[in-house]
Amino acid sequence: MGAGGLALATTPVLNWVPGFLKSDDEMPDDSKAKRYPTYCEVCFWQCAGWTYTKEVEGKEKIWKIVGNNDDPHSNGRFCPRGTGGVGQYEDEDRLKHPLIREEKDGKQTFREATWDEALDFIAKKMKYVAEKYSPSCVAMFTHGSGGKFFTTVLNAYGTNSVSAPSYAQCKGPRDVAFNETFGSVLGSPEPLDIRNTKCLVLIGSHLGENMHNGQVQEMSEAIDNGATIITVDPRFSTVASKSKYWLPIKPATDIALLLAWINVIIEEDLYDKPYIEKYAYGFEELKSYIVDKTPEWAYGITGIEPNVIRNTAREMGHASPAVIIHPGRHVTWYGDDTQRSRAIAILNAILGSWGRRGGFYNAEGLSMKSMPHPPFPELDHTWKDATLGKYKLGEAALASGICEASIPSPLRDCSYKAWIVNGTNLIKTIPNNKVVLEAIQNLELMVVIDTMPVDITGYADVVLPECTYLERYDEIRASKHRFPTLALRMPAAEPKYNSKPGWWIAKQLAEKLGLGQYVPYKNVEELLDWQLKKAGSSLEEMKKIGVKKLDREFDDLYFLNGEDYEFNTASGKIELFSNSFVAEGFDAFPKYTAHPEPQAGFYRLIYGRAPMHTFGRTSNNPNLHDLMPENKLWVNPKVAKEWGLKADQEIWLENQDGVVSTFPIKVRITERIRIDSVYMVHGFGHNNKQLTRAYANGACDSELITNVMLDPIMGGTGMRGNFVTFHSEKPIKKEA
Amino acid sequence: MRYAMAIDTKKCVGCSDCVVACQTENNIPHGYARDWISETVQGTYPGLHLEIRSERCNHCNNTPCVRTCPTGASHIIDGGIVKVTPEECIGCGACIESCPYDARYVHPEGYVDKCTFCDHRISNGQDPACVSVCPTHCMYFGDLDDPNSQVSKVIAVRNIKVLAPEAGTQPQIFYLV
Repeated sequence: MGAGGLALATTPVLNWVPGFLKSDDEMPDDSKAKRYPTYCEVCFWQCAGWTYTKEVEGKEKIWKIVGNNDDPHSNGRFCPRGTGGVGQYEDEDRLKHPLIREEKDGKQTFREATWDEALDFIAKKMKYVAEKYSPSCVAMFTHGSGGKFFTTVLNAYGTNSVSAPSYAQCKGPRDVAFNETFGSVLGSPEPLDIRNTKCLVLIGSHLGENMHNGQVQEMSEAIDNGATIITVDPRFSTVASKSKYWLPIKPATDIALLLAWINVIIEEDLYDKPYIEKYAYGFEELKSYIVDKTPEWAYGITGIEPNVIRNTAREMGHASPAVIIHPGRHVTWYGDDTQRSRAIAILNAILGSWGRRGGFYNAEGLSMKSMPHPPFPELDHTWKDATLGKYKLGEAALASGICEASIPSPLRDCSYKAWIVNGTNLIKTIPNNKVVLEAIQNLELMVVIDTMPVDITGYADVVLPECTYLERYDEIRASKHRFPTLALRMPAAEPKYNSKPGWWIAKQLAEKLGLGQYVPYKNVEELLDWQLKKAGSSLEEMKKIGVKKLDREFDDLYFLNGEDYEFNTASGKIELFSNSFVAEGFDAFPKYTAHPEPQAGFYRLIYGRAPMHTFGRTSNNPNLHDLMPENKLWVNPKVAKEWGLKADQEIWLENQDGVVSTFPIKVRITERIRIDSVYMVHGFGHNNKQLTRAYANGACDSELITNVMLDPIMGGTGMRGNFVTFHSEKPIKKEA
Repeated sequence: MRYAMAIDTKKCVGCSDCVVACQTENNIPHGYARDWISETVQGTYPGLHLEIRSERCNHCNNTPCVRTCPTGASHIIDGGIVKVTPEECIGCGACIESCPYDARYVHPEGYVDKCTFCDHRISNGQDPACVSVCPTHCMYFGDLDDPNSQVSKVIAVRNIKVLAPEAGTQPQIFYLV
């Protein structure tokens, strides 16, 4: 077949049911097939679509999933993960029954339990924790749609410590930076008008490999429209290959480049003067701050030639205001990430792109009403107490902070005593898993609610098998976009095995805790119909259309010419100069700081995404495993020659702290990576044997990320300051 | 009527959605595929060029696979689509050997399988599954004999290339470069 790394090999068949379909006469016809609305749960873009079923031997069976044409997240086209979502339903390694940990002959094992038993066990423990400590000592980690149902139960029980690794391990820094600059967090999908842009600048953001569907689609439209793409990446990413300019930057120096761009745009009068005069605060201070941040200064730091910095800055200036410096999504890199995101926000601001066609549009959405219920109880502690008053500018609980606050310490009066973990594999998502593991040892109870047995499942006291998104109703997706939309997820099949939908699990738990009045509906259909009627639709209507577009009620999509506008910041203006940062003891403007570099024989570990996988949660999906069964380590040919590495040779990695990868990884020798760095896709190297396809396939980057560079502004966990060296044989583990 | 496909390498990101859409649409067993992604890297860092292609049967005008088939299972239908009739195929593999694109595989049920351009969808006025799902809209499908079809229009204005032209098979998948 093909020569490339993505080509599929013909490997033996694992789980194929013969006789499903063969001759032409049996080929199904879309117009005659049954279909059920859904929105995707394979990533968090939440594209809306249709699950098609067809009849096989008299039984309706899930066939395929396709996009809903009315959905602005997907525009009728799913990405490979959404298309392959069927595999999540079919995966025979799924969690099948509730499990309770027990000790037998001195050995810890799980035993199958009934739902009643498992939920009684949890309710009893939660009541015990509430009495002995406080209900606020229960925390939840969630990264999935069912989380909202569990959050209600926990709020009713008496805690607000609900966190998602998508904040401190992912997009938190840019949310704080954009909030402090424009008075708005970006949310998801980000309000980027890529389809109308004239210039798209990507900094470490690898659209196309990171398959944020709507953005990838709009980037393709922008390419058709002749937009200029500028990509800054130490790796020749897919999108770098589609860019007019690829800036192969030295890792960890992005802030210097951003400051030099701001310098050129101000020095050459390329900024949007009327916009800055009307809307911005602190321009003169910025101008004097930036005066010595020249392209010549940045060249020595970044390795990007001054004329390239000038030319790319001019491209942005000429496209202004139809220009987007992409804010990125996973931005926790070096610990100064909020400030790097601030530099990106400031650059967008001086180019006048916020609120402008081809820049950032004003997104509009709506929120669903809650059925009336008694007020939630007063809290003994909040998640803010967990971080001891640090990170005042942060807006959300830190998953990493809650882990730390679960290890008893004299510094705080409450440590967390119980965790509910829903749809997130903390062992892989939170760097430095020593802390996670120590925290778990100190808990009275850990409940894992998931569809798959992942690393964290093995540490649980109780495991609850949630059914997949194709087998359940969930909350209505009420999303912000160019116009508000509602999207329905409904089951296309009965839950397999003894799995249950999240809403049902949460409602049962609420009732067992004596909190039934907070879930005052008979079943989820009643709740959804009530909510939809309040929003101008109904469950019956949504079952037919799947997605409902609503009219905008508030702002226009873009600022009108010269429109007065008050930003949700302290000054009511776009804050180029940040008083709130200064008040907290941080720099008003981003500052370049040099970060550690690899020692001889070590290479910076860079990780990223592949279009057919979402973190580690898809690596066992039979369809998606087929497309990419393992990750490989990208190594420059010069480095490979120096080490005598051969293509597809298996090697072990050891990081700067002596941590060795559990599993080996195959080498991919490619010119597409710098000589001082190596690259791997995140989400492989699973260490749970129950994942029969994913177990031991490839290596796990997370376990090699032991040097965490904390963001002092919001507590983000910078993960790109780790360096690895190679071993052709598994090194014998040194005793710590 | 002459069905053909044009694929824009300037837009394809190699996400493999075409592969998995084909697999679910046509019930391809896990571990097999009728289409796949190839990539070619040229140059040395940082002077690099990358081409990503979604590849499949080229539904050639000159078809060694049909010529070598001893039973007539491999055949051409309306619009130039090359197909295999499973019931007539003995799985001898002669067609696989003769195909310069390695576009065929032996299905676990013993017959040779390959891309059909989703003719069951075309007959309903739909695009093939791969084309209809592509998030970057990098694939165009249609009738080359119709100058107003998307595929004719895009081929008329863009630089094109085909794979393995030296094989003389006159392939009908065109890559926009």
